[in-house]
Amino acid sequence: MSAVEKINVPHRRTEPPFVRRLLIGTALAFMALFLVVPLVSVFAEALRQGWGFYFQTLRDPMTLSAIKLTLIAAAISVPLNCVFGVAAAWAIAKFDFRGKNILLTLIDLPFSISPVISGLIYVLVFGTQGWFGSWFVDHDIKIIFAVPGIVLATIFVTFPFVARELIPLMQAQGRTEEEAARVLGASGWQTFWRVTIPNIKWGLIYGVILCNARAMGEFGAVSVVSGHIQGRTNTIPLHVQILYEGNNFTGAFAVASLLTFLALVTLVLKTWVEHKNTALRGTAFTPVPVVKKSG
Amino acid sequence: MATRQLGAKKLRVLPGFKLTLGYTLLYLGLIVLIPLAAVFIKTSTLTWAQFSHTVFSPQALAAYRLSFGASLFAALVNAVFGLIIAWVLVRYNFFGKKIVDALVDLPFALPTAVAGITLATIYSPNGWIGQFFTPLGIKIAYTQLGIFVALTFIGLPFIVRTVQPVLEDFDPELEDAAASLGANRWQVFWRVIFPTLAPALLTGFALAFARALGEYGSVVFISSNIPMKTQIVPLLIMSELDGFQYAKATALAVVMLVISFLILLAVNVLQWWSNRYNTNNLA
Repeated sequence: MSAVEKINVPHRRTEPPFVRRLLIGTALAFMALFLVVPLVSVFAEALRQGWGFYFQTLRDPMTLSAIKLTLIAAAISVPLNCVFGVAAAWAIAKFDFRGKNILLTLIDLPFSISPVISGLIYVLVFGTQGWFGSWFVDHDIKIIFAVPGIVLATIFVTFPFVARELIPLMQAQGRTEEEAARVLGASGWQTFWRVTIPNIKWGLIYGVILCNARAMGEFGAVSVVSGHIQGRTNTIPLHVQILYEGNNFTGAFAVASLLTFLALVTLVLKTWVEHKNTALRGTAFTPVPVVKKSG
Repeated sequence: MATRQLGAKKLRVLPGFKLTLGYTLLYLGLIVLIPLAAVFIKTSTLTWAQFSHTVFSPQALAAYRLSFGASLFAALVNAVFGLIIAWVLVRYNFFGKKIVDALVDLPFALPTAVAGITLATIYSPNGWIGQFFTPLGIKIAYTQLGIFVALTFIGLPFIVRTVQPVLEDFDPELEDAAASLGANRWQVFWRVIFPTLAPALLTGFALAFARALGEYGSVVFISSNIPMKTQIVPLLIMSELDGFQYAKATALAVVMLVISFLILLAVNVLQWWSNRYNTNNLA
């Protein structure tokens, strides 16, 4: 009897209190040093010259035009990547075909490419020296160092977000519900809108939240294709850089605080969606390859 | 004949295969594959001498060395602390655990430019953290140490988020079994739990390393960008682009792309290994 009890004593599954406290302390100290201190300092630096200067910076026409361009880039890239994500997930999760794993790897590709290179590839294709550059010059269309280039670079860096949330979700759900709807006489669109969309709703929202955060915050890729024309091709992160390099540190942090606020809202929404749907967990932003588990 | 038709029909109960796969391939091709191919095609127009002159220049070699060294070191530090954070989040209860868990993703959610100016400011000689190192004669911002700090910041979530789910799925009965057979707590961790976590830890390490190799935004502000000293490869590519040296930038990009693809391949193999490991455990 006592031997059985001994096996079941709970502390065998955990560490002595001293070790536990040491590990919790180490984890919290590391996170405080690397995450909390930077977070707090953004707002402290932003308000260094008071609220008046803070709002004056945010109301500046250059800041407003940067905000506008960031919103435009996100408003184009997020819906496009959503449509792509749903289409890719439908094809991959509902049908069997050869080369599926290669396709999954290719969809993830933009995650493993340096932002600087992500911008460079569009310069090579659309720049004046590039493949289609002369054609665009002849037709007086500017892509690089103009808004279309910024939108393209944003689409590229946020390309996998929605797809990689939906593919594992729809693979796990299988196709029996859709097949049942079809057999009962629903059309393809009816099946999609009434069966599939309600099933993947949270995954879609999740993907959009992550995709939007990256779209609004992208710096490296956009920096390469932007040309940094104030009031014309400046997004919020690029405006932060211009203010910072112009030694207007408080102004730079004031604009940066907008992006920090966006990051915090993203984390709150993300946690809320994970709470709503426990299937969405863990890999979030992390590009862990989507490998189909056996079965 | 009839059964074959029925069989063929069964595969096509759901519509839209050609439409969705076609759209997927078209969009993938236009946005990702064709522009990426441009890098390789542009490079193939260079002679070997031009190519090697760029990618093996002393400045490039110094940049590779710094990029690899700082990324490796940052990923190692993250592997240790990321494992501890994942362990604490899965195994223990403490006040504010939910907030800590959500905060782990901050480096992904926070735009890199914001991370860059923030780290450069707090680690500068009279910044919030930098001021404690100044009396010791240690400079962090604008040195190689600063690059390491930025890469550590950016890589932390990769380790935590790859280890965490594996640790959650770990069957505690295995620990009980080991303990009942006489293993002490450290032996249980090192011989039973750690081998299960190892593939995930390695995956996270590889992902953090790959991300650090390509990182630009958070490093550009904290690095003084001095060639041969504090210039990582993405900064070198950027400075070639600023000088309109597209051929040089492209040659360097090809080197980095090939390295990224190799790491991606390694991660896929690791992931496959990890999944196999888990299924064996369940069986």
